[in-house]
Amino acid sequence: MALTLAAAVGLGSTWMTTTRGTEFGTLTIGAWTARPRIGTVDIDPYSRATITRNGELPIGAGDGIAFAATRDDKKKPLDGRCDVVVSGVTPAARFWTLTLYDTKGHLVANTLQRYGFTSEEVVRGADGGFEIHIAPRARAGNWLPTGGIERYALMFSLYDTPVGVATRNRRDAPMPTVATMGCP
Amino acid sequence: MIRIVFTIIAGVLLGGVVHLVSVLALPKIATEDAYARLAPITKVNTVTQLPAADPSNTLMPYLDPAIAVAVCRYDLSGGSIKLSVPVSQAYTSVSFYTRNDLAYYAINDRSAGKKVIELDLMTEAQHSDLPEDEDVTAADRLIIDSPSTTGLIVLKALAPEPGLMAQAQASLAASSCKVQTDLPAKQAEAPRGKR
Repeated sequence: MALTLAAAVGLGSTWMTTTRGTEFGTLTIGAWTARPRIGTVDIDPYSRATITRNGELPIGAGDGIAFAATRDDKKKPLDGRCDVVVSGVTPAARFWTLTLYDTKGHLVANTLQRYGFTSEEVVRGADGGFEIHIAPRARAGNWLPTGGIERYALMFSLYDTPVGVATRNRRDAPMPTVATMGCP
Repeated sequence: MIRIVFTIIAGVLLGGVVHLVSVLALPKIATEDAYARLAPITKVNTVTQLPAADPSNTLMPYLDPAIAVAVCRYDLSGGSIKLSVPVSQAYTSVSFYTRNDLAYYAINDRSAGKKVIELDLMTEAQHSDLPEDEDVTAADRLIIDSPSTTGLIVLKALAPEPGLMAQAQASLAASSCKVQTDLPAKQAEAPRGKR
């Protein structure tokens, strides 16, 4: 009886932590969360278990860092049927990419074959700022299609950047805002 | 009653142990980790281009569609590896992972500071076996120590816009990952000219 319970509790909590993720060693700025140590040998055991279980290869610390968002700035889950705008400033980096994935980390099919934007191709305003519209239907400017899926994740990857294990807050790494503008 | 409470407490405590053990053991026992997923489609000590990231490609999660990726699955048991990656127009990086997907080193084109990123990858034992004077002449040779005998080298080239993807892939196709069979590095220098 005790052993059965032990197995259930132990394996259940392992499954939970490797699926949902833990708060260990995370850097959260606005809607965005990164694990600066995931690309180093100092990676925490939970992240290690998660990446091997999911078959991921984390971005090496000398290469860059990835920030993920599954909720907007007001903690509302990102909904592919709504209009979401990502805009504002980005941390110092030679390149960045913003990519939309489904909850399993796969790209979402759309007729434009548009899965994300890079810092080079995004259309900017006169002040150098940008607005990326994430919506199920076509929008003017930088439109990132959601394919109408219910839940998705955004990944903001910085390449060749000073952002890393020494980064603490928004002053070190100003991240763009994520705002849900309207839902049908 | 006490017996049931005791059983539950024992169960939860043991559960904590099971949890810790399983979390720590998972990297060793996971059968679908990145290395295992890449093993069937890559050859040992050869650079293989990965298929472009698109919705039908479920090889690995969170692949960046703006980045061309090539992999060299290495095995250092036959000797150290010489890696050479020409720098693409936008951004090129080389990341090293152990057999258990631990990222232990990564470098990009700017920190390499050359048109071609050239590295020697070896185990710590192979590194300490290098002749002393070799280290001096090799001042500009970057030597990376691999914590494991096998692992993955991931080469990335960024395509700033989708139209430049072919170019990024082409620059990775020109890279090489070879075992240095001759121990003295001078003989191994020779094939460099052919590139």
